[in-house]
Amino acid sequence: MSNEPHLSDSGLSSGVPYLIRGATLPDGTRSDVLLTGGRVAELGHGLSHAGATVIDADGLQALPGLVDLHTHLREPGADQSETVLTGSQAAARGGFTSVFAMANTSPTQDTAGVVEQVLALGERAGYVTVQPIGAVTKGLGGTQLAELGAMATSRARVRVFSDDGLCVSDPLLMRRALEYVKAFDGVIAQHSQEPRLTEKAQMNEGALSGELGLIGWPAVAEEAIIARDVLLAEHVGSRLHVCHLSTAGSVDVIRWAKARGINVTAEVTPHHLLLTEDLVVGYDARFKVNPPLRRREDVEALRAALADGTIDIVATDHAPHPIESKDCEWDAAANGMVGLESALSVVQAAVVDTGQLAWADVARVLSATPARIGRISGQGQPIVVGAPAELTLIDPAARRVFGRADLSGLSANSPYLDMALPGRVIATFHRGTATVLDGVLRDATEVARLNGVLHG
Amino acid sequence: MSSNNMRHLLSTKDLSRDAAINLLDVAEDMADVATREVKKLPTLRGKTVVNLFFEDSTRTRISFEAAAKRLSADVINFSAKGSSVSKGESLKDTAQTLAEIGADGVVIRHPASGAPAVLASSGWIDAGIINAGDGTHEHPTQALLDAFTIRRRLHGSASRGKSLDGVTVAIVGDILHSRVARSNLWLLNTLGAEVTFVSPPTLVPADVSGWPAKFGFDLDAAIDAQPEVVMMLRIQAERMSAAFFPSSREYSRAWGLTDARFARLSPASIVMHPGPMNRGLEISSAAADSARSTVREQVANGVSVRMATLYLLLSGDRENA
Amino acid sequence: MTQHTVLTQADITRALTRISHEILESNHGPANLVILGIPTRGVILARRIAETIRRIEPGATDVRVGSLDVTLYRDDLAHGRTRTPAQTLVPGRIDGATVVLVDDVLYSGRTIRAALDALGDHGRPRIVRLAVLVDRGHRELPIRADFVGKNLPSSADERINLHLTETDGDEFVAIEGGRAV
Ligand SMILES: [Zn+2]
Repeated sequence: MSNEPHLSDSGLSSGVPYLIRGATLPDGTRSDVLLTGGRVAELGHGLSHAGATVIDADGLQALPGLVDLHTHLREPGADQSETVLTGSQAAARGGFTSVFAMANTSPTQDTAGVVEQVLALGERAGYVTVQPIGAVTKGLGGTQLAELGAMATSRARVRVFSDDGLCVSDPLLMRRALEYVKAFDGVIAQHSQEPRLTEKAQMNEGALSGELGLIGWPAVAEEAIIARDVLLAEHVGSRLHVCHLSTAGSVDVIRWAKARGINVTAEVTPHHLLLTEDLVVGYDARFKVNPPLRRREDVEALRAALADGTIDIVATDHAPHPIESKDCEWDAAANGMVGLESALSVVQAAVVDTGQLAWADVARVLSATPARIGRISGQGQPIVVGAPAELTLIDPAARRVFGRADLSGLSANSPYLDMALPGRVIATFHRGTATVLDGVLRDATEVARLNGVLHG
Repeated sequence: MSSNNMRHLLSTKDLSRDAAINLLDVAEDMADVATREVKKLPTLRGKTVVNLFFEDSTRTRISFEAAAKRLSADVINFSAKGSSVSKGESLKDTAQTLAEIGADGVVIRHPASGAPAVLASSGWIDAGIINAGDGTHEHPTQALLDAFTIRRRLHGSASRGKSLDGVTVAIVGDILHSRVARSNLWLLNTLGAEVTFVSPPTLVPADVSGWPAKFGFDLDAAIDAQPEVVMMLRIQAERMSAAFFPSSREYSRAWGLTDARFARLSPASIVMHPGPMNRGLEISSAAADSARSTVREQVANGVSVRMATLYLLLSGDRENA
Repeated sequence: MTQHTVLTQADITRALTRISHEILESNHGPANLVILGIPTRGVILARRIAETIRRIEPGATDVRVGSLDVTLYRDDLAHGRTRTPAQTLVPGRIDGATVVLVDDVLYSGRTIRAALDALGDHGRPRIVRLAVLVDRGHRELPIRADFVGKNLPSSADERINLHLTETDGDEFVAIEGGRAV
């Protein structure tokens, strides 16, 4: 089954064709790419197509449309921070064609009704495929399983379940959840944080937390849960996804589990690949995030693990917050950073420009593998003839000081403001339509209209 | 000297040795004022100092209030208890209100570590910020008054210009949660003293390898080393319920300055406590009330040190700072 | 920059000796005299004056000398760099005493205004007099010196350099700069 039930070839053919000239493909070869009929119609040199909009992609890198397995869209419930529409716009701006919307909305995405509502909001916006994630426990309460089956069989076809923001800390409940989702090839995406070990925790526990007088969030609180969960996954023969790994010790546990054949996948955020706890020194709450920024050694271990495949994917944990939630004392500030618009630049800075990942690897960790983990079709496919027209063009040679104007979501809680970052998204194509062109987000009504045409 | 121009006092960690000694010397001048016929100076006439207290601390607030008034500043006490702050008004709104009132200096006590630093760097208010205790981070004027007290005990009227080179100080108790311990660590180290921390293993921060101090769990061993100064920290009863130690009796037996331990200290030693004391828990009454105890002069010295701090922060062009 | 000496070390010693005599004369002897120097150089001059008085009047062993810092009483504390106060040492009670304030150079008079305020916070002297080594004019307040080492009319763009052995290693008073005549 496809998650694009409304797509039909007749509808797609009415979209504007795009002829991308001279792009570099993930494997390093150069090719023209013709997008028409919602598909990659042709690859090769010297292509032409009557009526096509031609894009000069000389020096630009083409990637399959990026897939974010970990996005907080805040709608329903907190639409002053982000809506499905504005979050979708931020995603498109960052080169994404699909986002998995975390369940900690209000009401919680714990019923078929709510996940279908979020799905519909995503379809109406039209910038990206919005795939809802379902809560593991009712109301994220951690005591009673949510209606996992109902969400799985709903129109939203939920396959990823997560209480993210909170850890499913009860071992029995975690075991049951892992077992239950086997019925529909689901996966539990765990926010690994032992709650008792992290009560009121404010930053990474270590030398700096002691000096700054901030309550520590010890690495062991993450590692202990991951260790428990991989053993549970092994025991019940189910699939586990570990959200936002942040410590060197967690990498060791995952490496051990994979060597043992346990069906576990792991994710790292762009910020944990680039930023370190030293940024907390000025108590600037833009750097407050959960799990917290860690030590340089952890960052190095995460980069190496991403390079050697121990960590499977990069996901943003895009977490919008209003100004007042960050413009305050550290303890009172909310956890989280927006990350969709900056993700690719940060990944380039952290692991591409350092030589640890090639662009083909970026396509794997930011598109193919997250799509596979999330069991979403029509996303994350290689750029080959016949593949869905989900594509991103970036200029890796660009250098910019990241600023407010680079953010398209509602919230500005980016840790990268005023930071120099490499790379820039030039164009994003979703279902054959350009959602971003010349680095500029396309108008919402235009995107919605084209989407309407597609649905027509 | 440009090194005298301080814009804020947020932490003792960023105080240079010269600046620290200078501040203690100015505090000596301020202490002299208390011995005069008129115990008031016109120095900060026309300046407004706000005591912004988000945490109850009558002792510290009164000390700052006395200091500001002795320098002829106008003092506004803004207690967050029962005010709009407890009804959800943010630190930012409060700061902007104080800016409109025309505060030249803000003395802030806050339960969140770093709140004074946020106030100083936010741009919400252009005033000198004095950290009067933030969470479990720092309490710089307490450390300054402690250093001042030690220096006076050791050097008397010849204290001016002196450091604390080679002075041995044992700081005993809840290091993990103590802002007094942190501020004393940096300041005493800057002034040349040798600091040893003694505490239960549960009450030491996670990684103290970078702290310029020695660490131990054995108070008797620390007393046998005959430190010149023993500083007892206040232990809070609620730490017991959070499993930091089993009972106050056990704590007192292992880490309290009991009569027996006090008797083993050198007669020349100094016993300090930032107050308020839990008599019979971390310190015995005999130790607290002895001639070696500086508890009462610490209170008096607090006013002098805070006068010096206010003077150094609130005089001179703020742009030059 | 041109500098020319107007008082040598010997001139300074002579001036202080004369001032000491004048103080004794106006006070009808050394009784109840308190000599307070204004830091930094005024304190040195005050000590020298006190020594001279004791030499002139061998019975005057009780002439008291001290220092009166005025930093915390200045009217310009809000401007410029933060000033470090110097120590104030008032020798005993000054109620009913004759206090002679001693400063090196009298210029705008603002330092002396501050000194009078500071003095008032220490007690109530019967008489307050002012002794200065150099009076260069340009008063901004109604203040005058009772004992003057040398009147040195100068223009505002000139500098008076006053060195004393204790603080500077050498000793002279010189005028520097200003328009060439
Ligand atoms: Zn999470």
